[in-house]
Amino acid sequence: MSPRKRITMNDHAAEASLFKRRALFTFLCVFVLLSLLLVNLYQLQILSYKDYETRSNDNRIRVVPVAPSRGLIYDRHGQLLAENQPFFSLEMVPEKVSDISGTLDKLSQVISLSSDEKETVIEALKYHRRFKPLTIKNRLTEEQVAEFSVNQHQFPGFSIEAGLKRHYPYNGLMTHALGYVGKINSRDKSSLERNNKWSNYAATKDIGKQGIEKFYESMLLGKPGHLEEEVNNRGRTIRTLKSEPPVPGQDIYLTLDLNLQKKAMELLNGRRGSVVAIDPRDGGILALLSSPTYDPNQFVHGISSKAYNELLNSTSKPLINRATQGQYAPASTVKPHLALLGLENKTVNRKTRIWDPGFWQIPGVERKYRDWKRWGHGWVDVNSAIVSSCDTYFYDLAYKTGVDAIANFMEPFGFGERTGVDIFEESAGIMPSKDWKRLRYNQPWYIGDTISVGIGQGYWTTTPLQLANATAILANKGRRFVPHMLKSIQDQTAKIDSPADELAPIVLKDPKNWDIINEAMRDTAHKSRFTDAKYTAAMKTGTAQVFSVAEDAKYDADTIDERLRDNALIIAYAPYENPKIVLAVVLENAGWGGANAGPVARALLDEYLLRDSWGDKK
Amino acid sequence: MSAHNNRPNIWQRLHIDLPLLIGLLALMGFGLVVIYSAGGEDLALMDRQLVRMGLSLVIMFAVAQINPEILRRWAFPIYIAGIILLLGVHFFGEINKGAQRWLNLGFMEFQPSELIKLAFPITMAWYISKFPLPPKKRYLAGAIVILLVPTLLIAKQPDLGTSILVAASGIFVLFLSGMSWRIVGGCVGAVLAMLPALWFFFMHDYQRTRVMTLLDPEKDPLGAGYHIIQSKIAIGSGGLWGKGWLDGTQSQLEFLPERHTDFIFAVIGEEFGLIGSLLLLTLYLYVIGRGLVIASRAQTSFARLLAGSITLTFFVYIFVNIGMVSGLLPVVGVPLPLISYGGTSMLTLMTGFGILMSIHTHRRFIDR
Repeated sequence: MSPRKRITMNDHAAEASLFKRRALFTFLCVFVLLSLLLVNLYQLQILSYKDYETRSNDNRIRVVPVAPSRGLIYDRHGQLLAENQPFFSLEMVPEKVSDISGTLDKLSQVISLSSDEKETVIEALKYHRRFKPLTIKNRLTEEQVAEFSVNQHQFPGFSIEAGLKRHYPYNGLMTHALGYVGKINSRDKSSLERNNKWSNYAATKDIGKQGIEKFYESMLLGKPGHLEEEVNNRGRTIRTLKSEPPVPGQDIYLTLDLNLQKKAMELLNGRRGSVVAIDPRDGGILALLSSPTYDPNQFVHGISSKAYNELLNSTSKPLINRATQGQYAPASTVKPHLALLGLENKTVNRKTRIWDPGFWQIPGVERKYRDWKRWGHGWVDVNSAIVSSCDTYFYDLAYKTGVDAIANFMEPFGFGERTGVDIFEESAGIMPSKDWKRLRYNQPWYIGDTISVGIGQGYWTTTPLQLANATAILANKGRRFVPHMLKSIQDQTAKIDSPADELAPIVLKDPKNWDIINEAMRDTAHKSRFTDAKYTAAMKTGTAQVFSVAEDAKYDADTIDERLRDNALIIAYAPYENPKIVLAVVLENAGWGGANAGPVARALLDEYLLRDSWGDKK
Repeated sequence: MSAHNNRPNIWQRLHIDLPLLIGLLALMGFGLVVIYSAGGEDLALMDRQLVRMGLSLVIMFAVAQINPEILRRWAFPIYIAGIILLLGVHFFGEINKGAQRWLNLGFMEFQPSELIKLAFPITMAWYISKFPLPPKKRYLAGAIVILLVPTLLIAKQPDLGTSILVAASGIFVLFLSGMSWRIVGGCVGAVLAMLPALWFFFMHDYQRTRVMTLLDPEKDPLGAGYHIIQSKIAIGSGGLWGKGWLDGTQSQLEFLPERHTDFIFAVIGEEFGLIGSLLLLTLYLYVIGRGLVIASRAQTSFARLLAGSITLTFFVYIFVNIGMVSGLLPVVGVPLPLISYGGTSMLTLMTGFGILMSIHTHRRFIDR
């Protein structure tokens, strides 16, 4: 070997060993880098495993809430007042439909779709998320559902959704008692969220908006169930993993009597007014009518703003619940209560007589307070003062009693306070007193104010429900219940009666005073409206001025504007011996109480007490 | 010299390196198992992948028969041809998915960058091995020109993944040739210094987005971050033992995008857990180790450098892909070698392994 070659050989050997060192080094680098990947995987798969497992499940598991069916509402005899009807709507997922306008045109040949409805859909699309279903048409008939189903293949992205919707079979008959359900709005939502109840509405779209539906919402609602579904990345359901059925809402029975309510509706015949009937034995409300009324079903499906504005702006104000929110001067219907106060305070006794010349004057004052009977009633005692509704007797009594004593006495009868009935739409009315006037008007009380209060006028206002309730307390001789509409609740197994809420009774110093007053009311009934009744009734009418007639002017119903005519009122109960029903009727601007409200009361008591076809014990 | 070296066994006469072949077949088999699951149990897909694997093995076998000396001689002309084709792509190429990578030859579509992936390390090894090693600084300029021309042309297409692979294979040749540490350090420093320039002048918006996404994938979870988030969820939720074959919810329910191609590692992580990932990395380490052993035992500098470069490029595939899928590196289009569904990269890789086998089995056994 030549030296040159040896050097080359040495170089080859050196090159090889240099390469080996470098190769070993790179192998170490490779090992370190692969270990780095492994450390990262350890971090992902071991240390953060729980987190990624949760996120993986969030990806694949969709929890679909299932709406519970809303509890049904029955009357006291088991007549269905609010039911759930199957309801079909046509929905569309916008992103799955390529030519929406064209498809809608094609659709209108299958199910009738007006150009208005089409416009509405096109408009709604602008504010709608493309992957969420949009309702195209509500309340499909079964024929339309069938027609669409046959042609469904032509409409990818469209589907029929079935659900249950509230339906009130008697339409406007029960509106003010039952209320209605409507779509949950943002206000409902934030209120539910505040009370941690929002999760109960995961699948429910409607909520009780008024009346019984609102008051017993939590009972009627039930609890939603859940379906756990496995879905793929496009949201398509692969399989159901778990299912927890919903708990349906509880059915409830009301104290209302469908037939009595129907009769009241028929008697009022659209006139403005109200009827409240209570069973004095437990405070259960038998009828609660506010007239005119409206169809609650239109609210269930979303009332059009035109229809809503018509209701809102109607001069007869159908949206107001006259039975619990209408505030009327009670007029002569509270004379029995005032007389009771007079007896109890010993301001008068059963034999005290006063002379009525047709007017009354505050001692030493010239102004005359007129009796409704211009020529006067002559000598009157407490019984004849009630029977003939002598104003003069009560002017004098009120003057001698003073307004604060009246207010104190009337308070336990429920005047000036909410009765606590089981709907939220209730007003308190006004039971005036000196303090009240100072607070409200910052004015001193005048004696003249007291005189007006003495005949149930002036500042004194009551709701028909308060009037009926106060009458029930009279008929019950002091026994008091909170008026209510819930009778019983259908549990899974049994019908559980809802206990009546009894308040501490009113105890008189002399209990005989109850009898004096009730006898006077009985006499009132049987000397007029109930002369020929097959049962013994008690009653008192009232005619409330809507505006003040000048001191010496004559009120002439025929010449003044209808809206300024007197309100006609009556309270009544029967049977006298063992009261089963108490009534308060108010007819707005109807005129004389006895002549106008009287026949309504008589017909209702006849209906309730004499018709035996109802099967229930009377 | 022992007797068996003089009388080569059957594998040597077939020019097959059995330990390497076993490693490759194990990886391919694993890949088939995973693709069956990731592809939604699509048998047609399996058929196509099997055909590709068969073809790749045939090509590997064919290439193994070619003496490395022939490769060395043809290296530079092939390289020049590759550059011309790349320029052709630049001017006449077809635009596909926003990148100009394909050349329509009339009868087939062809990706010249794949040719460069092979021709380039051969050329580099040929160039460096012409001089005594370690190379002097003055030869470095030539090496850098050879390296930069194809790298930049490919990066311009744009195909960041391939240009990284090509550049890496060249740099490995330089490093393995015994380039002084100072120069190696200088190069690394230069590349780091170039990064801002790369960011501002060479990167496309979508590439910048990918880098930003890597740093904070949750910023746009349904957009740019979606791939990487779903991929990490898949891997992470696999845990130690995985959810089981065919039971990966991320992949089976299609939350994971590109699950049988670039993101197939996420399926492995999800269905086979950390254990499965460890097994795969071990297999890879074994193949890399065998490749470096082959390189070390090669008799010429050219063969050593070429074998080392091919092996380490294989590693870069692995590192870039798994790093990307597990959220360490930005998303670049590099498949998981020998596992991902798809033909081009497998053909290129197996050709490379054919060269390795050729180098190992064409040694002349001479006395010392």
